[in-house]
Amino acid sequence: MKRAKRKLLIGAALAALLVLVMASPAMAQEELAPASQFVLDNLWIFIAGVLVFFMQAGFALVEAGLTRSKNVANIMMKNLMDMSAGVLAFAIVGFGIAFSSNELLGGWFGWDFGIAGVEDTTADGLLPSTFFFFQAAFAATAATIVSGAMAERTKFRSYFVYSFFITALIYPVVLRWTWGGGWLAQLEYPFSDFAGSTIVHATGGWAALMGAIILGPRIGKFGKDGKPRAIPGHSIPFVVLGAMILFIGWFGFNPGSELAADEFVMPIALKTLLAAAAGAVTAMLVNWTKDGKPDVSIAANGLLAGLVAITAPVGAVETWAAVVIGAVGGLIVVFSVTMFDRIKVDDPVGAISVHGVVGTWGTLSIALFAVYDDAFLGRENAGLFYGGGPDQLWTQLIFVVVHFVFVTAAAGLLFLAIKATIGLRVSPEEELAGLDVEEHGSPGYGHDPSHTSVGVGGGSGSSPGGHKETVSSAGEGAPE
Amino acid sequence: MKLIIAFIKPFKLEQVGDALKSIGVTGMSVSDISGFGRQGGQTEVYRGAEYEVDFVPKVRLEILVDDEMASVAVDAIEKSAHTGEIGDGKIIVLAVYDAVRIRTGERGADAI
Repeated sequence: MKRAKRKLLIGAALAALLVLVMASPAMAQEELAPASQFVLDNLWIFIAGVLVFFMQAGFALVEAGLTRSKNVANIMMKNLMDMSAGVLAFAIVGFGIAFSSNELLGGWFGWDFGIAGVEDTTADGLLPSTFFFFQAAFAATAATIVSGAMAERTKFRSYFVYSFFITALIYPVVLRWTWGGGWLAQLEYPFSDFAGSTIVHATGGWAALMGAIILGPRIGKFGKDGKPRAIPGHSIPFVVLGAMILFIGWFGFNPGSELAADEFVMPIALKTLLAAAAGAVTAMLVNWTKDGKPDVSIAANGLLAGLVAITAPVGAVETWAAVVIGAVGGLIVVFSVTMFDRIKVDDPVGAISVHGVVGTWGTLSIALFAVYDDAFLGRENAGLFYGGGPDQLWTQLIFVVVHFVFVTAAAGLLFLAIKATIGLRVSPEEELAGLDVEEHGSPGYGHDPSHTSVGVGGGSGSSPGGHKETVSSAGEGAPE
Repeated sequence: MKLIIAFIKPFKLEQVGDALKSIGVTGMSVSDISGFGRQGGQTEVYRGAEYEVDFVPKVRLEILVDDEMASVAVDAIEKSAHTGEIGDGKIIVLAVYDAVRIRTGERGADAI
């Protein structure tokens, strides 16, 4: 009886397999009904957008970990607010500048004020709200990159003003010229930047460069002899956790930029995965050889460098090329971090190197390795290594140079204007004491209440070893 | 009565504690501290740039003992905390006027 049952099971399994084998060729050829495809596209881009928003948590942790504990509440607040203020600024002003059909100055700018503009704009196959949600997550990413480079010395109110302007004006103008279909997309050989190595990351990176230069280094970063001195961050676990969260978030950033649920999503995810791994391993090996020990935070920077590097070319290159591009990103970031130390630009988290320098490398790598049409290039074999000649290299060079000049000029003007009006940097006393208490009223890591707020209770019922806590009035526990 | 204050390498704490218990010491306080002595600071590399660790982490022990126990305890600490490397630490012995066990009100050597 047992045997008969087994036979029956095997028979059923074989029959099921037969059905699958016979059905699958037909299924592969069959197109999904348009309604199903519409739902899949919108659902996937929504999920991808959520993953990109999750990157905010990664940025917050990386930046908090690489700075000192006396500034941890301030850096968390900056990350909270550049996301929140940034999304509002992008909704009200930025999105219209980037994508509105109301052209200004021959298409160099757009204008569509208010959230109504968001609701009216459409993109292929996506609900306007899906498209806006995904774009807003990217805008928040561009804004948040800057906070790490300006950490531990920037006035909070000044940073808040900056956040508004970068997502309301600077980043949207870059978008207009590129993904918004502007002049860089209309060149004979159009620019290519699939998910934003330059458009998103280098915008944040170059704005961070101007912020760090105009602010000046942290007190104690350079010795009297002018040599750079390290100021170690306070939590390596935060740094690594943050980098891993960013890694996960990137699977929304790059594959989501396909803007559809189609057969290109997984190859893009795979190339993103391999480039990140190559970046982390390369950065660790280079740093180990160069400085004697493998620094954990540099390896984390290397992971992010691999991700930033592959963000632009991910749609255009082969899988092996993704590994090379990520590895070169990891190599560049190690030397770039040391180089900015040498020229006395104090970037506590390496944001300028990871997002600006490596973002530029990723964008230029398209000119070398492009073989597929990523929907921006408009042709196959555009890369130098595939017989595409120098045409794409010129376009990519024009793109990164114009972008660098525009962002550094605009962000430079913005920071100088803030410096001249409300001031950019905290006082030396406040910097030494830490920004948490001076700027926000309480330290990031509060005192243990069992030490500071226990009343002298006395009374009955207190057993040996037990705690009797009385919450003190606000003034009582405060230091003089 | 004597108060023994010892500054030792943090990783030696367990051995020192065991040595003191084995000779009959009934209590000690342990604190994490940092400071400098002849060992000075250390130079480390972080993100490609050097920095000085001016204050080296140490563990500070405070042990209240009666007079006969003092020299035995000092010997036990010295032996168990010794590595021969720079930075092994120091032992200080102070005279104590009085001591009180808060629970019972016992005074002097009875409070140890």
